[in-house]
Amino acid sequence: MRLTCPLCGERDRREFYYYGAEDYLRRPAEGAPLAEWDNYLHLRDNPAGVTKDLWYHEAGCSQWLLVTRNTVTHEISGVELVAGRKA
Amino acid sequence: MRYSGLKVITEGLFGNKGWTPAWRDPAPKAEYDVIIIGGGGHGLSTAYYLAKNHGITNVAVLEKGYLGSGNIGRNTTIVRANYFLPGNSEFYSHSMKLWEGLEADLNYNVMHSQRGLINLFHSDGQRDAFVRRGNAMINQGDDAILLDREGVREHLPYLDFDNTRFPIYGGLLHPRGGSARHDAVAWGYARGADQRGVDLIQNCEVTGIDIQGGKVVGVQTTRGAIRATKVGIVVAGRSSQVAAMAGMRLPIESHILQAFVTEGLKPVINHVVSFGMGHFYISQSDKGGLVFGGDLDFYASYAARGNLPMVEHVMEAGMTLMPMIGRAKVLRSWGGIMDMSPDGSPVIDKTHIDGLFLDCGWNYGGFKAVPASGWCMAHLIATGEPHEVARKFRLDRFATGHLLDEEGTGSQHNLH
Repeated sequence: MRLTCPLCGERDRREFYYYGAEDYLRRPAEGAPLAEWDNYLHLRDNPAGVTKDLWYHEAGCSQWLLVTRNTVTHEISGVELVAGRKA
Repeated sequence: MRYSGLKVITEGLFGNKGWTPAWRDPAPKAEYDVIIIGGGGHGLSTAYYLAKNHGITNVAVLEKGYLGSGNIGRNTTIVRANYFLPGNSEFYSHSMKLWEGLEADLNYNVMHSQRGLINLFHSDGQRDAFVRRGNAMINQGDDAILLDREGVREHLPYLDFDNTRFPIYGGLLHPRGGSARHDAVAWGYARGADQRGVDLIQNCEVTGIDIQGGKVVGVQTTRGAIRATKVGIVVAGRSSQVAAMAGMRLPIESHILQAFVTEGLKPVINHVVSFGMGHFYISQSDKGGLVFGGDLDFYASYAARGNLPMVEHVMEAGMTLMPMIGRAKVLRSWGGIMDMSPDGSPVIDKTHIDGLFLDCGWNYGGFKAVPASGWCMAHLIATGEPHEVARKFRLDRFATGHLLDEEGTGSQHNLH
C-alpha cells in the first residue's frame, strides 16, 4: 500500500501512522453528554467499502492526512490535508 | 455415527464405504426458536451448547458461506488461559477446562495438544510483570511456572539468548497451554449440534433483521425470511454490518491480522513460543509446518490479505528470536478479519432490542475462547442472564468506563 501525500508525493505505507476513522475529527464540545463522548471514542461505522480515516505522515511532513480508501480492495481514492480541508 | 478407533480400523478394512456425512444439509424452516447468525467457531459452539446445556434444539445456524469459512479456519490455533484481569481471567480459565474435555464431549478429535506455552521476557521490569501475571493465573486455579534464562534454555535451546536488543531473561511457562486443530473444532461442534437437532444452513446470507415494537421477530436471508424471537449475532469481523441491519453502531473496527505457515519440517519446535517484544509467536503443527504470526497491519480492512511491511516485520522478528528457521520456506500466508474492540476484550451481551444478542469483539484472541464463548452465549440466550464468567463482557462498558484493557494500551481499536 502506498499513499500519495499532498506535500511529499507517493510514499511507502511505512512512513505513515494509522490513527483511526475520521470520527476523531468530530470531537464533542466540552461538557457534551457522555453518550456523545462514547460515540466519538468507541463507536464506529466500520464500513466494508469506502471509508475515510486519519493517517499521520510520521516519517515525512508530519501532517495529518484524511485518506479516502476502500477497506475491501485497499484502493486509495483520495488523500487530503486535515489542516487544509473545509470545515 | 459414533467415531472410535475400532470404527477407523473396521472402515479401513472394508474400503471406507461406511462413512456417512458428519451433518445434514437441511433447507431452512419458516420458524425457529433461536437463530444464530454465523457458522464459525463461536456460532457453532453457541448452537451446540444451546442444545446440550439448555435443551433448546429448534435452532438454526445461518452461514453465508460454508461452515468454518471465517476466522476459525484462519488462525494460529493457540489455546491458553494466561489472562490477568478479573473478568477475562475466569472466562479463559473456564474455556481451558472445556477444551480439556472437548474431544470426549464432542466425540471428535480436535487434536488438542497441551504442549506448553512460553511467553518470553527481556528485562527486569518485564519479569516483574510476568511474575504478577503468573500469580494471577495461579490464583485463578490455572498453572504458571516462572523460568529463568537457564530454565528457558532447557526448553528452547535454539533461541538466540544473547540478542543485543532483546536478550532473553526468562519466560513464563503455561504448561496447559498449547494448540488444537482449528477446522476440527468447527467440524466437531457442527456435528455435535447437528446430532442434537440444530439445522446448519449454509450459503444463507442474512440480509436484514426484522424488528417490531422493539422486539426481534426474524431475519431476511438470501434463502427467504425466517422467523424467530431470539437471534444471536456471532459474526466476528462482519459484526458491524450485521448489527447495522438492526440500526446499531458497534464499538468495533475490523482489522487485518496476517499469519504464515512454512513447508512441513521434522519436529523442531515443541512448544508454543511467544516473543511479545517482537510481536511474534510460533508453534509447529502436527503436519510439520511452522505456524507463526505477528501483529495487526494496523489499519481498518476487510481484505483478508495484508500488506508486505508486516510480512517483513514478522520474518525479521522470527529471525531475531530463532535464526534456525531462516532456511524454512514459507508456504503460504493469509489474513483474517479481526473484530477489534476499543479495549481488546469481547462482548457477550443483550442489545437494546428485545431478543437480539451479540457475541463479538474477539480481537485476535477468539480461537481459544470458542468453547466458553458458545457456553456463555448459549446461557445468555437461554436464560436472559449473563453467565457468571462472562458478566463483565458488557456492551455498555465503554460508555460506563468499565473497560477490560488487558494490555493497558488505551482506548483505540488497533492498539490491542
